[in-house]
Amino acid sequence: MTSLSAKIQDVFDEPACETNRGKNAKARKQGCSKPLTPGAAAGGCAFDGAKIVLQPITDVAHLVHAPLACEGNSWDNRGAASSGPTLWRTSFTTDLTELDIVMGQGERKLFRAIREIKDTYTPPAVFVYSTCVTALIGDDIEAVCKRAAEKFGLAVVPINAPGLAGSKNLGNKLAAEALLDHVIGTVEPDDAGPYDINILGEFNLSGEFWLVKPLLDRLGIRVRACIPGDARYIDVASAHRARAAMLVCSSALINLARKMEGRWDIPFFEGSFYGITDTSEALRNIAELLVRKGADAEILDRTETLIAEQEAIAWKKLEAYRRRLQGKRVLLNTGGVKSWSVVHALMEIGMEIVGTSVKKSTVEDKERIKRILKDENHMFEQMAARDLYAMLSKHKADIMLSGGRTQFIALKAKTPWLDINQERQHPYAGYDGMVELVRQIDLAIHNPIWGQVREPAPWDRQPAGQDDLASTKNGTATVNAFNEFAGATAHRFGDR
Amino acid sequence: MVRILRNTKSAAVNPLKSSQPLGAAFAFLGVEGAMPLFHGSQGCTSFALVLFVRHFKEAIPLQTTAMDEVATILGGADHLEEAILNLKTRTKPKLIGVCTTALVETRGEDCASDIANVKLKHAEELAGTEVVLANTPDFGGAIEEGWAKAVAAMIEGITRSGARTRQPKKIAILPGCNLTVADVEHLRDMVESFGLKPVILPDVSGSLDGTVPDRWVTTTYGGTSVEEIRELGMAAQCIVIGEHMRHPAKTLHGLTGVPYAVFQSLTGLKAVDRFVSLLSAVSGAAVPARVRRHRAQLEDALLDGHFHFGGKKIAIAAEPDQLYQLATFFTGMGCDIAAAVTTTDMSKILQKVPAEWVQIGDLGDLEALAAGADLLVTHSHGRQASRRLGIPLMRVGFPIFDRLGSQHKLTILYRGTRDLIFDVANIFQANQHAPTPEALDPFRKREMPDELRSSPLTRH
Repeated sequence: MTSLSAKIQDVFDEPACETNRGKNAKARKQGCSKPLTPGAAAGGCAFDGAKIVLQPITDVAHLVHAPLACEGNSWDNRGAASSGPTLWRTSFTTDLTELDIVMGQGERKLFRAIREIKDTYTPPAVFVYSTCVTALIGDDIEAVCKRAAEKFGLAVVPINAPGLAGSKNLGNKLAAEALLDHVIGTVEPDDAGPYDINILGEFNLSGEFWLVKPLLDRLGIRVRACIPGDARYIDVASAHRARAAMLVCSSALINLARKMEGRWDIPFFEGSFYGITDTSEALRNIAELLVRKGADAEILDRTETLIAEQEAIAWKKLEAYRRRLQGKRVLLNTGGVKSWSVVHALMEIGMEIVGTSVKKSTVEDKERIKRILKDENHMFEQMAARDLYAMLSKHKADIMLSGGRTQFIALKAKTPWLDINQERQHPYAGYDGMVELVRQIDLAIHNPIWGQVREPAPWDRQPAGQDDLASTKNGTATVNAFNEFAGATAHRFGDR
Repeated sequence: MVRILRNTKSAAVNPLKSSQPLGAAFAFLGVEGAMPLFHGSQGCTSFALVLFVRHFKEAIPLQTTAMDEVATILGGADHLEEAILNLKTRTKPKLIGVCTTALVETRGEDCASDIANVKLKHAEELAGTEVVLANTPDFGGAIEEGWAKAVAAMIEGITRSGARTRQPKKIAILPGCNLTVADVEHLRDMVESFGLKPVILPDVSGSLDGTVPDRWVTTTYGGTSVEEIRELGMAAQCIVIGEHMRHPAKTLHGLTGVPYAVFQSLTGLKAVDRFVSLLSAVSGAAVPARVRRHRAQLEDALLDGHFHFGGKKIAIAAEPDQLYQLATFFTGMGCDIAAAVTTTDMSKILQKVPAEWVQIGDLGDLEALAAGADLLVTHSHGRQASRRLGIPLMRVGFPIFDRLGSQHKLTILYRGTRDLIFDVANIFQANQHAPTPEALDPFRKREMPDELRSSPLTRH
């Protein structure tokens, strides 16, 4: 537990983190996790965060040392895509029973579990995750992993991020620490070259990195390691020989990028593949960093040519949606706009941003939002479900873009909704991805169901005082009512 | 005698189980105005919540006591108290259902007295809200056990004890967790058609049936009311569906003397006949024409469907009562159970499963044992095994996250059995292989009859 506490202190004090730099020494020491309110908390734990970051490494066996719930309730639940191995989707857990815990058999069971996995699946590595209960009973997973690695001659990596340590975000960082301590730099590649880069924090959800990788291929840039999306263990182990890195989801893996820069002199920049201008900017930055590290400067021109060509195509495709989406109002509820260039593209084709949450936004972000929003009152920290529902049911937005957590608030308020978080079904990265996002917005807003579900049932529509069909009393009235359905006015009630 | 093969592996591969506290929360979700509360770290709740949402495609009320490192060292009583009071103020629930997790149970916390203290200390603030506790560590049991414990806890905590004036038409029904929303709806209709008044606990048909309310509600809307639970003792009879509900029925009997009858399954002609006969006897009413009509439809489905079932080999992985329900359905249609895998060895029903053996295990076991089977029957996580083995998958139980409408599928009584026959027969028809000369060549390498079944008995 003490080494874990030291680790947590270390990742909280992140010099590359803007928010952290803005704090005084005392606040910095307190770390960045906010205390949770019992009975009013939402979100995953540190174990969840660690697993999210590491599980997309496709050929590794991920073994969760825990009673059932940690893995049994959560396996095979994310949409990262693999171009080959499927072992990462097989779930492994020690499924500790009461007897295991009472008899103190946790460590022995873990060791045997690693052996079973090695014998049956022969993976290049086993990642072993500690959890609340196994941390509480004091199982020393580092020792077990070390012993198993020696005995079985394979990489067995302890991931020390039990749920009670803190939030999902902390778990992301602890996972990165595990990679730094045990994986990256353990394999020397024999093919390192001047155009090798790492992409950090890209998860390849719905395979969306495959919308970007061909652009890099075209420029002769090789992705040494994409961590974790569609990664193989050996890619991660030899990632220290890349010349430059791009950090995609900054809050999650910033410690990984900074420490790789410190240890192996791999410069990095923070960028995004969401939106047209951001994608271009990312390509530009990658090329520049490579040139700074000794690559031929001619790549800069080739990059500009590619950007010009791809941007022109994308804007032309987007233009087709202007007529259908102009003036439509978008509510962004994502806990912080991750890419300004998505907002930029939506506004470029005439959509309005009517509100956004600024929970995770920096001061600079907030200034930007003020310029974009017509009314700064529409900037909110976090909206209570009830308020969000009230706003949407008054049709103050034509669509909400958010994560799954608020999905049903929009749907129950009969408002179009599009998932832009991890469970989403569509790839949104790169130039084609932006077009796909706009296409999905168009499909969502213009789906014919909205016209159906927003109309009240006919019997609820009757203005007060008029005869109620159901309670028609005398025979003549019944005949008249029937004739309304069957006769000349049938169109009032739909098809005969 | 069914042989129960215990799990001998150290690494569970592709778990079949969902956790016990999830099962308890599921049962609390069948009560009106309820808010289940996990006593553990926030991850425990988050995982269960996401799984519920993926299954039901609904917003699910579920909260956490958010135990952190400090609380884990010092004890979680304060977090529990704070959570209960916060929920009361913010959501005004009629019921808070506390489900413990492995974390607090490993610490050995006395949650029952913690809750008693909270109730005593804040009696006024908590007026109008029942707080009940289900001890459901993740390291034991699965959904069935959690569900049954929650129902027993509600009866113990809420139902008025002592012998009461019985209402002759009132029937208490305790359905197992393997009944869908559609099953519960249909069950109510059936019982009402005899002029009886059913009180169903839990009633997921009122709360998890997927509707669009005209306002935002943070607790469950619909389900058994707390008042109905309080007055369960006035029922003339209690009908139990599923062996795992025997314990809550005993609890009710012990408290109020209401006699109970256990139906281990309501799927299959004979089982339903027995149930309908009981309803007729209890109510003194003749079997309504509509029910007779449904029975005739089932007879016809049996006749039309049996061609597709005879000799088929079925591999099932499910919780004990559902395993029994489905295995008896399939053998009743002329199939063989090629593999039967279940979650825990505690249920007595396993002895009645029509198979030579039942493996306690996971979907890794199912995959290893199902080679050569014609159909896999388990929840959505069976999809990987199905693809690798090239055997079609029939999705049953929880979770079903890659198909819509699983809660509106009927599996019990005459109509549910009829629908099951059609569903399965259609899967078989959709996966029929066209005859080829190679497959029919009399000189091909043929399996001997005793090789057909991959038995784990040889492994043990």
